[in-house]
Amino acid sequence: MQPIAVIAALTFKEAARKKILWMALLVGLAFLVLFGVAHHYQTFRSTLTPLVRRQILNTQFLVGLYALNFLVLAMTILTSVDTLSGEIASGTIHAVATKPLRRWQLLIGKWLGFVGMLTIFLVSMVSGLALVSRAIAGHSPYHLMRGLCLMWLEGVLLLTVTFLFGTIFSTLTNGIIALGLHGLAFLGGWIEQFALLTSSERVASIGVLASVVMPSEALWRRAAFEMQSPLIGALGFTPFAAGATPSGAMVVYAAAYTIVSLLLALRLFRKRDL
Amino acid sequence: MGTVDLAIRTRGLRKLFGSQVAVEGLSLEVPRGEIFGFLGPNGAGKSTSIKMLLGLVTPTSGEAQVLGRSTRNAEARRKIGFLPEHFQFYSWLTARELLRVHGRLYGMPRASVEGRAWALLELVGLGAHADKRLREFSKGMLQRIGLAQALLNEPELIFLDEPTSGLDPLGRRLVRDIIKAQRERGATVFLNSHLLSEVEITCDRVAFIKDGRVLETRQLGGRSDGATSVIVKARKLSPDVASGLSRWGSSIRIDGDQLSFAVASTDVLPDLLRYLVAQGVDVYELRPQQLSLEERFVQVVGEDRGL
Repeated sequence: MQPIAVIAALTFKEAARKKILWMALLVGLAFLVLFGVAHHYQTFRSTLTPLVRRQILNTQFLVGLYALNFLVLAMTILTSVDTLSGEIASGTIHAVATKPLRRWQLLIGKWLGFVGMLTIFLVSMVSGLALVSRAIAGHSPYHLMRGLCLMWLEGVLLLTVTFLFGTIFSTLTNGIIALGLHGLAFLGGWIEQFALLTSSERVASIGVLASVVMPSEALWRRAAFEMQSPLIGALGFTPFAAGATPSGAMVVYAAAYTIVSLLLALRLFRKRDL
Repeated sequence: MGTVDLAIRTRGLRKLFGSQVAVEGLSLEVPRGEIFGFLGPNGAGKSTSIKMLLGLVTPTSGEAQVLGRSTRNAEARRKIGFLPEHFQFYSWLTARELLRVHGRLYGMPRASVEGRAWALLELVGLGAHADKRLREFSKGMLQRIGLAQALLNEPELIFLDEPTSGLDPLGRRLVRDIIKAQRERGATVFLNSHLLSEVEITCDRVAFIKDGRVLETRQLGGRSDGATSVIVKARKLSPDVASGLSRWGSSIRIDGDQLSFAVASTDVLPDLLRYLVAQGVDVYELRPQQLSLEERFVQVVGEDRGL
């Protein structure tokens, strides 16, 4: 276990030394401040009932999460895209891979390091957002924990896919593939929603297909569905999960997708000539 | 020789990259305690061979053992040190931190890493730069810290891939001294180099490699196998006479009254002389010369070009 811990700790140290961690926290803080200020100056016409106010506040919270989700995914891909391919290209990996550790330990160590950073960033940002929402607007979001877990899985999924392609391709190619796949999933999600609004079933299945190819965006839509207010859920109208809510099976599929990607990455990395 | 006494043993090690042959049937036996030089022009397959021995590259076929274990076994590397060609590491670490990381990867206890790291930093002349980040290091300094890293675990087998590249004369001397010290410790050193003079001074035995093939293995340091060049001063030399010499030698050259060529052993000299006299050549001098490593290298590697 020791080599894994050493490699994981190095990943953290690198993020700290390169000031990535601090910059991420700074950006995150700016994000929370913006969100808080917007909430602080938010006024409601006195004719609005508390019930409607609550719907608006919850939707605002989801919009905040939506932006945060994008931030987390972009940071996850950007920080991890170079970790394997970059070290292979520069030869840095030679001095590490020739130590008495197995290839899988090297890869898992790095992966755990990034999962750790992702978790810290996501948890602190989501709880920050929830705290701001509660402290300033007095609104407590619904099913925060469920949403958090789904967003976490989405981050881990994209991280793992970035690792997988990092065992094969150069940094730039890997970045294009990871962002491209997520872009595909993103577009597929919206296609599915619009298709259902216009009852175009054939088009909807294209959207589902995109989610099968890359289930990342489906996880966000599921998270948004979990966290929407019961009333809006009953009305069936939210900008994030209008009718086309990814099923529980899709969540299981995404988890399996992550595990298979990780196993495949381990296998490819073990066989790769360095 | 038993497997236990061998630091390195390979049988028909072969590596293809696509259809390109990088290493073709490498069979080597390096006994423990030997300083072994691996010589060849750029692109001969030296680095690929080292990488196969270190488990970085998977052989297409053949087998390899280091310190009596398969190269696939990560444990075999606990007592191995490696200085990669153009050593590179995380530029955000200091020299001392780099050694700490490597010590932990070797599974060494923290306390012993600290003491050893300090001694090694002094040894490679980086004592004053222990807490400087690698990004401020010159190429030569990186090579020095790479060397320290390769010696951290008191290895029984050390691979040095072009260790003197980027080093000034003092650095090259340091490498030489370090290799000597490793020999005294009883460690085995596998030295990849194309700097023949370096190898000639330090190695017990060398192998010439070209196009992924070992062309010749040769003892150094007074244990010559007899390969020699011969200089003949004579009159009435004709090209026909010279070409007749190809029975005994190669690289035949006539330069006025001087004839030079290479023979595999001095045993053939009497026959050679008889032949020359029988051909009506007036021989004034016949002088065998021990080939320098460089001459032999040019001969072996050059000949193989099939010119």
